[in-house]
Amino acid sequence: MVEADRSSAAETDEVVSTAPVKVDVRNLTISYSGKTALRDVTLDIRQNEIFGIIGPANSGKTSFLRALNRMDLFIPGMKVDGSIVLDGREVRKWRNVYALRRRIGVVFPLPVGLPMSVYDNVALAPRLAGIKKRARLDPIVERCLQRAALWDEVKDRLDSLGSLLSGGQQQRLTIARALSQEPDLLLLDEFSIAVDPVTTMRIEEVLKELKQELTIVLVTNLVQQARRLADRTAFFLTGELVEVAATSALFSGEVNDERTRAYVEGRFG
Amino acid sequence: MFEASDLNIHNQRAEKLWRLLFLMMTLLLILPVLIILGVLIHKGGPMISIDFLFTEPKDGMTAGGIFPALVGTVWLVAVALLASVPVGVAAALYLSEYAPDNWLTRAINLAIINLAGVPSIVHALFGVGAFVLFFRFGTSILAASLTLAVMTLPVVIVATRESLQAVPQAFREACWNMGATRWQTIRKVVLPNSVSGILTGIILEVSRTAGETAPIMFTGAAFFLPFLPQSVFDQTMAMSLHLFVISTQVPGVPEALPFGVALVLITMVLVMNAVSIAFRMVLRSKKKW
Ligand SMILES: Nc1ncnc2c1ncn2[C@@H]1O[C@H](COP(=O)(O)OP(=O)(O)OP(=O)(O)O)[C@@H](O)[C@H]1O
Ligand SMILES: [Mg+2]
Repeated sequence: MVEADRSSAAETDEVVSTAPVKVDVRNLTISYSGKTALRDVTLDIRQNEIFGIIGPANSGKTSFLRALNRMDLFIPGMKVDGSIVLDGREVRKWRNVYALRRRIGVVFPLPVGLPMSVYDNVALAPRLAGIKKRARLDPIVERCLQRAALWDEVKDRLDSLGSLLSGGQQQRLTIARALSQEPDLLLLDEFSIAVDPVTTMRIEEVLKELKQELTIVLVTNLVQQARRLADRTAFFLTGELVEVAATSALFSGEVNDERTRAYVEGRFG
Repeated sequence: MFEASDLNIHNQRAEKLWRLLFLMMTLLLILPVLIILGVLIHKGGPMISIDFLFTEPKDGMTAGGIFPALVGTVWLVAVALLASVPVGVAAALYLSEYAPDNWLTRAINLAIINLAGVPSIVHALFGVGAFVLFFRFGTSILAASLTLAVMTLPVVIVATRESLQAVPQAFREACWNMGATRWQTIRKVVLPNSVSGILTGIILEVSRTAGETAPIMFTGAAFFLPFLPQSVFDQTMAMSLHLFVISTQVPGVPEALPFGVALVLITMVLVMNAVSIAFRMVLRSKKKW
């Protein structure tokens, strides 16, 4: 593994600082067709933490997530510089990006139920990974739907179209699908935009449990959501990392930058 | 307070007037179609019989049926489809799913658009040069169908690409993020949700080739050949050329005969279109997102 406890964020929090580093990001710069979207970001994400990223629109949060699973390869014009080390390995040197992506679950702002049955939605990733037998797929599908708090609502209609579920259900389906990859890193991009508050709370509970097994990066523009869930939080502003600190510190006013204070207190953004 | 002002009333009147104008233009559009069909049915209808459809022409093509031409047209269209669909769909898949957005892709797209605008007589000459002479297929169904295929390739590509692009990008991105390759994404999500659209699009566009005359005239369609083709290396009669021949080249043809041939030809095209439109309607009713 990596030498845990790199000093970069060691000043932040005693509780999480002992956890080994899961993702080590150094001097990350992202641009689209020459236009910089994210500039020189250095931070690390620890094992089994929920790492929050807050920031107003256009601050480069989604771009950051895309760089983690090498989506830049599939997005015309997107260029990534700097280094991202996942479990001690530079993601750009990964022998096979598809294997890398299978380890990283992604949930988008808008729910995407694929136009196939609920069952097939969740079974897709295992099938791509070569699991074909129904007997092996069934338990995976059930477990993932259960963990995403959707099983009870869909267990009687696994054959109906995933794209025709309600928005909140589709978002939990998306989470189930991400879990079916058995990821050890879960990236959530403003997952609650299209979801009602009750469902949001249920998903948040799920995330707190999932934290035991995997590492979560939670991009959110609900500052309070970061406060509720994240162990540490980074504040991005127009393509810059303003600061990263323990969430409790950020919200109790122990900030290094006045812009952070203004943002978490809702005075701009 | 809420009474209509003069301006409101004026606008409302103008609205009605515009609406009427546009409606009339639309009706005007249908008129030629109705007249053509009416004349064909009136003059050619009495010709149509089982005998007419299933026997050979007789007496220097002034009597008898159209069977060899009918069969020939089916051959020509079928072989042309067999050649153009795989190539066209593959090209569309590449352009829509794989190609980076660079000058080469843009040049290819431009070439496709221009290819669609090439007059069919030019395609005919190309077909003679390429398939009849260079590849030594001679004047044959193969050469004629390949000429038709080259001619329809652009519309096959465009129709396919449109169906592919109707599949939301979010579906692809969801798959890619799960670690699916582009091909896996195409197989699992893109094609299953566009294949029927692709098929209807292709049928609709390609049914037109049944009526083409110029591209087959020098490449494989025969003036008069009262036998059915045995293989793609034979020549064959074809409906479109047959219509041209009996209308302009042969003396003493009864007036109703060309109308009968035209009616059968247009019915073939309309039936293909109807199938395609019905298919499309069934699809719409089962929309998946
Ligand atoms: N595919 C793309 N092509 C070109 N430019 C892009 C692309 N995606 C993002 N950008 C640009 O990168 C910058 C950062 O965008 P990004 O989506 O990362 O912001 P964000 O913080 O996620 O915003 P939001 O909160 O609105 O989702 C923006 O200026 C945006 O225009
Ligand atoms: Mg975003």
